[in-house]
Amino acid sequence: MLDETDRRIVNALQGGFPVVDRPFAAVGREIGLDEQDLIERLSRMVGEGILSRFGPLFDAEAMGGGLTLAAMRVPADRFDAVADIVNEFPEVAHNYARDHDLNMWFVVATDRPERVPEVLREIERLTHIKVYDMPKEEEYFLNLRLEA
Amino acid sequence: MELTGTERRVMSAVQDGLPLVSRPYEAIGRACGLSEEEVLRTLKGLIARGIVTRFGVIVRHRALGYRANAMVVWDVPDDIASRVGAKFAGLPYVTLAYRRPRRMPDWPYNLFCMIHGRDRAMVESLIEEAARAADVADIPRAVLFSQRCFKQRGARYHTVAAE
Repeated sequence: MLDETDRRIVNALQGGFPVVDRPFAAVGREIGLDEQDLIERLSRMVGEGILSRFGPLFDAEAMGGGLTLAAMRVPADRFDAVADIVNEFPEVAHNYARDHDLNMWFVVATDRPERVPEVLREIERLTHIKVYDMPKEEEYFLNLRLEA
Repeated sequence: MELTGTERRVMSAVQDGLPLVSRPYEAIGRACGLSEEEVLRTLKGLIARGIVTRFGVIVRHRALGYRANAMVVWDVPDDIASRVGAKFAGLPYVTLAYRRPRRMPDWPYNLFCMIHGRDRAMVESLIEEAARAADVADIPRAVLFSQRCFKQRGARYHTVAAE
């Protein structure tokens, strides 16, 4: 579990990370930790799976890639088998079971925009289940901060 | 948006994350044949152009104790969708808000937002609060709690949603 210092680190880093020669020393100064302590705690949190990754996030569309949210209505008795098929695609980034008639929701991110419909059609072909394509039309916010 | 060769090299070197060492950008530079200075300059350029949207940690909210997450979807009249979306965006417990296409007749909802909380009861009360704050308490909505997460990987080359 996280102690008070870990929480301070997580909260400080979610807001951004300095692009300077010794970034951990800079963050450490802000939250009163020395560089080596901060690096050790981060390594531990990555090792324990609290932080899944430490680094930059790229905007697929700004880079010329494709991105969408897709949904399917999967019969309960086929759910795991269909999830296996969908998750097999490297372009599928997240896949969640949700409590609705449309019960499988996943994000598809591709290098090229044309690849998105190809992936969705391929999933339909393999599962014989309709895939609803719901790309974003407008984004109002992007705040990934959660208080630890 | 076109990327330069140097930008591509840097992106490919950092996409699995920064090394947790004192001078991580120098280590990245060594991995892709650039100086620390060049790596810093290139990353700053990518951030300025909006290609790198955020630089920091990806938190597994389940590991933090945020066990409930709901995708809340609303059937908002098109002419007020932007206003309502902007209102949601200003709420501290809303992590993402998007307008997406309706898929009639199966899916009438056009405004999506993600709300996280420690448990379902907390998320439900936040949804009520959001509905009142954006003046959409009487607008049809559905709440889709996540039951299981089958796949959650660090996004490569794209923006990852906090789910």
